[in-house]
Amino acid sequence: MNALTSPESLIVLAVLVPLTGALLIPLFRARPNLREAVTLIAAVVLFLVVLKLLNTELGGARPEVKLIEVAPGLDLAFRVEPLGMLFALVASSLWIVNSVYSIGYMRGNNEPRQTGFYICFAVALASTIGLAFAKNLFTLFLFYEALTLSTYPLVAHRRDADALRGGRIYLLLLLGTSLLLFLPAIIATWFLAGTLDFTPGGILAGKAGAPMIGFLLALYIFGIGKAAVMPLHFWLPAAMVAPTPVSALLHAVAVVKAGVFTILKVATLIFGIETLSELGQSTWLTAVAGATIVVASVVALRQDNLKRRLAYSTVSQLSYVILGVAILAPISVVGAAMHLAAHAFSKITLFFAAGSIYTAAHLSEVSRLDGIGRRMPWTMTAFAIGALGMIGLPPTAGFFGKWFMLTGAMETANWLAVGVMAISTLLNAGYFLPIVYRAFFCEPPAIGHSHDGNPRETQGEAPWPIVAALTVTATASVALFIFPEIAFTLSKMMIGR
Amino acid sequence: MSAVWPHLPALQVVVPLLGAVLAAFARSGRTAFVIALLVSWLMPVFAVAILRQTLTAGAISYHLGGWEPPWGIEYRVDVLNAYVIALVSIVGAAIMPFARRSIAFEIEGWREPWFYCMYLLCLTGLLGIAITGDAFNAFVFLEISSLSTYVLIALGANRRALLAAFQYLIVGTIGATFYVIGIGLVYLVTGTLNVVDMAARLGQAWLSQPQTVIAALAFITVGVSLKLALFPLHSWLPNAYAYAPSWVTAFLAATATKVAIYLLVRFYFSVFGAAIEIGALPIADIIVVLSLAAMFIASAIATFESDLKRMLAYSSVAQIGYITLGIGLANQAGLTGGLVHIVNHALMKAALFLSVGAILYRGGGVRLEQLAGVGRKMPLTMAAFTIAGLGLIGVPGTSGFISKWYLAVGAIDGGSWFLVLLILGSSLISIVYVGRVLEIAWLREPAPEIAQAGDPPLSMLLPTLALAAATIYFGFDTELTVGIAGEAAKSLLGGLR
Repeated sequence: MNALTSPESLIVLAVLVPLTGALLIPLFRARPNLREAVTLIAAVVLFLVVLKLLNTELGGARPEVKLIEVAPGLDLAFRVEPLGMLFALVASSLWIVNSVYSIGYMRGNNEPRQTGFYICFAVALASTIGLAFAKNLFTLFLFYEALTLSTYPLVAHRRDADALRGGRIYLLLLLGTSLLLFLPAIIATWFLAGTLDFTPGGILAGKAGAPMIGFLLALYIFGIGKAAVMPLHFWLPAAMVAPTPVSALLHAVAVVKAGVFTILKVATLIFGIETLSELGQSTWLTAVAGATIVVASVVALRQDNLKRRLAYSTVSQLSYVILGVAILAPISVVGAAMHLAAHAFSKITLFFAAGSIYTAAHLSEVSRLDGIGRRMPWTMTAFAIGALGMIGLPPTAGFFGKWFMLTGAMETANWLAVGVMAISTLLNAGYFLPIVYRAFFCEPPAIGHSHDGNPRETQGEAPWPIVAALTVTATASVALFIFPEIAFTLSKMMIGR
Repeated sequence: MSAVWPHLPALQVVVPLLGAVLAAFARSGRTAFVIALLVSWLMPVFAVAILRQTLTAGAISYHLGGWEPPWGIEYRVDVLNAYVIALVSIVGAAIMPFARRSIAFEIEGWREPWFYCMYLLCLTGLLGIAITGDAFNAFVFLEISSLSTYVLIALGANRRALLAAFQYLIVGTIGATFYVIGIGLVYLVTGTLNVVDMAARLGQAWLSQPQTVIAALAFITVGVSLKLALFPLHSWLPNAYAYAPSWVTAFLAATATKVAIYLLVRFYFSVFGAAIEIGALPIADIIVVLSLAAMFIASAIATFESDLKRMLAYSSVAQIGYITLGIGLANQAGLTGGLVHIVNHALMKAALFLSVGAILYRGGGVRLEQLAGVGRKMPLTMAAFTIAGLGLIGVPGTSGFISKWYLAVGAIDGGSWFLVLLILGSSLISIVYVGRVLEIAWLREPAPEIAQAGDPPLSMLLPTLALAAATIYFGFDTELTVGIAGEAAKSLLGGLR
């Protein structure tokens, strides 16, 4: 028993639990209740395992386990580091909530092929956990690709022409950038440093000059396509053809966060913040991240489809994490890590709300949401809280991330970053608050018919699992504001304070 | 047993030859199959014993009939031969159980015994080429394997198989003639046919008659390149693979071209490379350029093929390009990558062609549109196909990644970063052709003609799954594959002048 609960085996267990779930789910394909029970049990067990690891982590231990050496310097190995812990915590806790939501959504919309849906979802979670706990770039890359492949069927879930097209863009862009840019960067790193291990302070210090480091960093920033830096962001809006639970957990949390998480790891543990700062890599990175933040926000402003607007908002918010890195102050990196967690809770709430509106009222356009808040008060209150989180206002956790980043930008006198943050805050307010206003203060349209002429229900909230899920995540994003200790401690540990 | 042990090298050839004779006398396909199965399962026992012996005690020299070399025929086995012999015999053993049902389904009953007879002759020829240390003896075995291959291809159900076999007969004969002309020229200047002796005397001949030596090298290279389908000498391969019975295609793709590659490596490094400064000749550059052309052009053609077997055939031409690229790089990492890809590609291509055979057996077609929904009807077969397909792309976690990693490192060691991008860029094309099949097979609604289909019987399913599992296994545990390939590369490069 001792061997099973040692931190080392817990790490492996954390990857194996969702995988086992994925293997068990097809056995119950004829009995949907049992099938969903498997998903829920796997999610809860995974969360407990991660919590157990959190205890070890907060105690100061950094458990690690090496499974096999694939080639010299290429190990399949795990090591629980604070940032990975934070990411795993966010992903595993939200998987539980998202599973409840999925059950409500998939059944409420009579979606076909639900067994395949839950299998892919579980594999995607296993990949996310593996990525979070990766000890080196090779292991991280392995799970990065596994995450792309396992989420591809989910994007194309609807199987119509749009979904297949979205899936193709998704697969080609993510695999393409990772093979053409990310992998060469990894090979070059291995060649320069002789190792791929994540090491505090980085492994590239003194190994190459400023031009080489800058080039490598660019390969990483653009090669990690999941971080959706413009102009390689368009897979994300295309992926919005997926069912909402997929957009919620994967394209607001697991997949995109895997991207910025990787960038954070690479910047702090491969390059090292000091090295980057000495070699003057801040300006262009700030410009790239800033441009993405502002341009994506402007595009979001013009989207009428709610999910697409949320997608562009995600593109913009992801670059905040990169901006936090670009500022190259320790405090801003802490802010970036906080933002990674906070944005997850707020954005999943927004997606849950969008899916809730779609399930209950079959609406997906912002312009038709007049008065929806009166009919669906829970959904739209949660949406409002999520929107506050996006803008970065108290009482939501989104506030901390931006605050720390702003402090860092002031400290390093990076006025470009300060300006970007100010403008984007205004833009965020500009594309989220009108939705809230419409929902609560405009009169609902008089006609109770959809465009095909059939009367439809005009009353009531979405099914209870959906409402429950979005209430939980909205509450969590407020709770994270009131009790930020764990996230804050882990973020600080990451930079060694 | 101890009386048999010293004669292992001879048994490699004698046992399948006797098996072929027995199979020719068999009355029913079933009897012939049992003979072929027993022989196929016996061969790996010999092969592994030989491999162990070469790894621990160095090269084995066996004098056929007790005649001393260079007068008699010597069977000379070092790590490289043993590696190829192990590959051929293990693949033969692994896929043999698949043959019974697949062949009975695709070939008329009265031809079955002849099929097994021809297969055993082909096995004799391939193992003979790999084991002999006599250049002319290699020619004899080359002809044995080629003649039996023409018959095997002509046994295909489609009448076009006859034309494909005839096409291959013409090209193959030209190849063999070129090879024998090259050997004749070498014999002219050295007076020997034993390859070790040849290597020792060729240096002298190089001083007196360099033109003859260069002509011999050119004839041998072109002749062998026709057999291994080096671009642009590959024109026989797509039709031969497309119209041969599925099992034959799997066997040939995994073994026949690989043995020809072995022959090229042997002459290039151990004979010519050991005697003359081969680096001073432009042959390495030519091989690199042709390999790159294969990787890009053949992959591009594969993306436009609508016949699955032809698509995989063009993919083979492209993948052979990776192997010859490693030969052209001629450094430790690059050559290791090329040699390890011999095994990795053999295993994954066999898995792919066996899956195709299973689909045909279940009433499906090989045109892409006929594959719609196969994944949902034959999930395990398509799972094997998917894994092997990911291996072709070189996704981490598959053996294909290992090959490409070593090739990329070899390219950097050779001072060419650009080559790294080309290696990875060509993988991008494979995403397109593999992805196309996966999308149709998994994401489309099943076609009516396979509505009743399911996974094939275990005798067909297990070999397919085993090969796919090997693709994953050798993506992590590389001690066996890379270990032996690295050893072989070291001794080949060490022998260079």
